[in-house]
Amino acid sequence: MTSRPAPDPVFAFELNGETVTVSAPAHHTLLELLRYRQGLTGTKQGCDKGDCGACTVLLDGSPVLSCLTLAVTVAGRAVTTIEGLGAEHRRAEGRPHPVQEAFDRSGALQCGFCQPGMLLSSAALLRKNPSPTADEVRAALSGNLCRCTGYAQIIEAVLRAAAVERGEDPPAPAWSIEPRDEEP
Amino acid sequence: MLRMPRFEVSCPESLPEALALLAESELDTRVMAGGTDLLVALKNRLEVPQRVVSLARVGGLDHVTEQEGSLAIGARVTLAQLGASDLVRRLAPALGEAARSVASPQVRQVATIGGNALLSTRCRYYNQSHFWRKALGFCLKKDGTLCHVVEGGKKCVAAASGDTAPALLTLGARVTLESQHGVRALPLLDLYRNDGIANTVLRPDELLTELVVPAQRPGHRGAYEKLRVREAIDYPLLGVAVRLDVDPDSAVVTDVDVVLTALQAKPRRVARIDSLIVGVPIHGEAFEAAAAQLGLRARDQCHPVANVPGDPEYRRKLVPVLVRRALLRAAGAA
Repeated sequence: MTSRPAPDPVFAFELNGETVTVSAPAHHTLLELLRYRQGLTGTKQGCDKGDCGACTVLLDGSPVLSCLTLAVTVAGRAVTTIEGLGAEHRRAEGRPHPVQEAFDRSGALQCGFCQPGMLLSSAALLRKNPSPTADEVRAALSGNLCRCTGYAQIIEAVLRAAAVERGEDPPAPAWSIEPRDEEP
Repeated sequence: MLRMPRFEVSCPESLPEALALLAESELDTRVMAGGTDLLVALKNRLEVPQRVVSLARVGGLDHVTEQEGSLAIGARVTLAQLGASDLVRRLAPALGEAARSVASPQVRQVATIGGNALLSTRCRYYNQSHFWRKALGFCLKKDGTLCHVVEGGKKCVAAASGDTAPALLTLGARVTLESQHGVRALPLLDLYRNDGIANTVLRPDELLTELVVPAQRPGHRGAYEKLRVREAIDYPLLGVAVRLDVDPDSAVVTDVDVVLTALQAKPRRVARIDSLIVGVPIHGEAFEAAAAQLGLRARDQCHPVANVPGDPEYRRKLVPVLVRRALLRAAGAA
């Protein structure tokens, strides 16, 4: 006996600052909804089972894994993806988010696949703790795997973003052999 | 992409409504709190329910409260909340350490204490995709009749893999299980069975609603040590929780409890250890020697098998190391 599947649930949630009403099958994840229904491919699909952190998004401001979140459970809540992180800041302050600028400045990426998740975890950390230590940065990013950089530049970038936001000089790059000219 | 099988989702708004849904037996149902464990099981076809009942909107399950030194913890309290709770840090330090050691910040943000306490057992031959398991002819725990860990084995030896359970066991925690038929409270140790396939006595119509950590003695100390490949994300290859009660005046050990996990289906309490350490002052060489002896006794009671990643002999050799570390840290000596 097979009955007709129930119609897809329809629900509303806040996506990058705007209320959207969507329909998604009950068995779809937030990651599937974002990438394949909303077309927001900035959120990456990595391991798809909670190990890698590439699919990290902010749910009510806190980093969560969209591959392990059922889409229907975000009804009425606020989701920020990498598309929203930069856009919100650019609208408000006319420039990318400080962690985005810092990742660029510090060369904190190679292939870039982990970067959306890294940026969102970093942004959430700095919102909660504007003056993190390097160990606090490591702990906050411990759920985001990067297979290229070796993490040194990523941690430096987050410390740089924090320093810039506090109006201080950014820390010297940990990996540089020769002292180098600072940017003007 | 690991797609999930089709199922329907119910989001009850209250505990009675949730219990009513669980009491209906027509649909094969699974309960979801944080979902970080269930969704992976669904993706791997380890669970194929017709309905998932989400506890996301059920109120009254997210309290951490103290009453005369006793802690009441709602089952839907997240591991992030538990790890950051000052009450937990003060009254049950081992539990806080265990909660902070689970998985990653993103997972702890949504994963709950109830879910972690009820975590299914894990095995390198079970926690794999359907494709992977099918290629090996499946296993005892799911879809097959063979055990790939113990040749000819007829009993599933998948390992208890929750970090919080051993800590809660050293603290003498009790759990509250509710159904439409009533409420039962039992010691956490009695929740678990030493069966890799059905590792708890929770009935399908029951919900774990609360955990209670009784008041500890003055001078209570605790610690949790975890062996894993990476310092984040991984499940334990071995977990060691200790409780050390120390006389506040004389600084002498008055009681001790050590519980190990990730060895067999049920967390394991190390037996016959009181005589090794009770009466020993926590500062000094005698304590270090006692901690080392206690570690060796724990090792002699452990026989790891190749159920979780990591060489079983290596995991066995690490038992005395982790037990000693946990005791020294609990005592404040390391």
